[in-house]
Amino acid sequence: MKFLLIEDNRELAQAITTRMQLDGHVIDHATTNAEALAFSSSGDYDLILLDIMLPDGDGRDFLQLHRDSRKDTPIIVLTARSQVSDRVSMLDLGADDYITKPFDHAELQARCRAVLRRHAGSAQTVIKLGNVEFNPVAGHVTVGGSILKLRNRELRLLELLINSPGQVFSKQKLFDRLFSYEDDASENAIEVYIGRLRKHLEPSSLTITTLRGMGYRLDER
Amino acid sequence: MNAEPVHTTGSLRNRLAFTLIGGAAVLTLLFYFVIRNYATQIAQKGQDSILQASVTSVLDAAAIRNGVVEIDIPYAAFSMLGTPTDDRVFYAIYQDGALLSGYDALQPALLETDTDTVFQTRTFMETSVRQVTASRPLVGVESRTRITASIAQTQDSLAGTLSRISRNAALFGAGFFALAVLLSVWATSTTISPLKRLADSVGRRGPQDLSAVAKPVPTEMVPLVSSLNSLMARLEKSLKQSEDFIAEAAHRVRTPIATVRSHAEMTLQRVDKEDNRQALRSMIRAIDETSRAAGQLLDHAMITFRASQHEFQDVDLLQTTEETVLRLTPIADMKDVQLNLKGDHAVTVSGDPILIQSVVRNLIDNALKYAPGESIIDIEVCDNPVPLIEVRDQGPGFPLDEMDTLTDRFTRGRNASDTIGSGLGLTIARDVADAHGGKLVISNNATGGACVTLSF
Repeated sequence: MKFLLIEDNRELAQAITTRMQLDGHVIDHATTNAEALAFSSSGDYDLILLDIMLPDGDGRDFLQLHRDSRKDTPIIVLTARSQVSDRVSMLDLGADDYITKPFDHAELQARCRAVLRRHAGSAQTVIKLGNVEFNPVAGHVTVGGSILKLRNRELRLLELLINSPGQVFSKQKLFDRLFSYEDDASENAIEVYIGRLRKHLEPSSLTITTLRGMGYRLDER
Repeated sequence: MNAEPVHTTGSLRNRLAFTLIGGAAVLTLLFYFVIRNYATQIAQKGQDSILQASVTSVLDAAAIRNGVVEIDIPYAAFSMLGTPTDDRVFYAIYQDGALLSGYDALQPALLETDTDTVFQTRTFMETSVRQVTASRPLVGVESRTRITASIAQTQDSLAGTLSRISRNAALFGAGFFALAVLLSVWATSTTISPLKRLADSVGRRGPQDLSAVAKPVPTEMVPLVSSLNSLMARLEKSLKQSEDFIAEAAHRVRTPIATVRSHAEMTLQRVDKEDNRQALRSMIRAIDETSRAAGQLLDHAMITFRASQHEFQDVDLLQTTEETVLRLTPIADMKDVQLNLKGDHAVTVSGDPILIQSVVRNLIDNALKYAPGESIIDIEVCDNPVPLIEVRDQGPGFPLDEMDTLTDRFTRGRNASDTIGSGLGLTIARDVADAHGGKLVISNNATGGACVTLSF
């Protein structure tokens, strides 16, 4: 997926970019309204993340211009303003969703997925490995054509593993990506989810290998 | 909102009306007495001229014949004094001070000159009479004498005429007074009505309407309306500043927190040592707690601010809840928590849409915070018996001994020690309930888990 991030705080932008790249997304970063308009008119983005306070004007101006130019790229607004007062005006101006700073990256990803799912008309990537087909946006998994019913965390775990088959993921890394910091689960909870996913994948050509002391790896049988 | 009682110094309307009516009353009395006085004078003059003619004709009839004074009083001298009320006429004729004819008791007035005629009003035989006295020198062959005649007439007819005129004048005066009262009342109302219209139009305004008074007003009211307009402009500015301040404060607090959080999170990605990871996690939790507390404090300030404004309109509770559920679903998904919304028809409540949205979010947010992973949160919106929203989770529920204090500011349940929150969620919910005249009830489900009901 190709995202456009419009955020004037470079450190925050760097953090968001790093996380998004970990999930396999391509990020273009703009720091001003003018830059953002240049990017959005030249590139085709799946999603725009828009900070509402920019050095050369209110992000709402971009929102307005973007909607006036009849582009339907979904927009998620990043705001640090009071939750109560700003939300209505931003949704009125055509933002698809908003998230209040500071935010959990897991929540940002969840919101991105939800918005992309609603804009299902845009091209959807389907990852194929062996006899497994995985649509990360819609959250659909099929094994040999029959649908697997997975819970959200199981889906996210599968997404992580299937994006980099053969790569070893440590328990810590998986935990950081799957759990928000609000959860008081321990890293051992990962074992539970690995166990469930293994059971779901039994009829497939994929297998999860445990590497003692190192982590987990998804392989094709 | 009850306004302070206003001290009054009487009513302008009454003051104006009393002045006008009092003025009319004085004018009416003045008019009455002037008319009456004038009428008396005219009537008296009429009687006097007849009396004069009468006395003249009596004196003219006097003549000296054979050295003796003879007076053949002409019939007309008395008949001209006839009146419809049969006034009585008295006369007395003196020759050089000796009574010739008539009533002895009818004393003539003292005449200063020969040609003088004296009119006087006096009491004679116990009634009020008008008396004329005149004299004439009579010259005979060898004698010279003076004849003095007095004629008096009772005043019954005059009194009758006067009383008729007085009655008419009184009637006319009363009519004039009644008309004046009507005019005063009308004039007072017309004068006061712009003031009343202004008061009405200001009183009818919604609490948010701080626009200047645009309708034309009389010149005298311009200073009042100008200061009213300037007061409202200042009030609006100050309200706007409070609202802006709350929003701006949130921005100032959250932006640096967001940066710190990103740093901590990025560091966590690079660190492998378990101790460091734990420390970083606690740090991120603390940051989250700070930002949530800041957010809720500002939300709380905004709610207190808005609750005092009473900008109420019809809000569909079900639609608001649907939107909130839609917005919170991504977060619920992260924990594999299912948000089950039950409600099949619009439930209309009168309230502040932003406050209601905020309280619904807080209730579901709260449930999400305490709900264990892979559980269900039931949300029900109905209007039986009153409009209400009920949120039930499958978390640990409220500790029974803390039920009473949980909705107090900054109080959190014992269970909450591991969960991020500022303890303002239920306070906000209760404040919003109070602002809408509603009720917040917290309880535990029979099957475990907390149950929060907000009714309007």
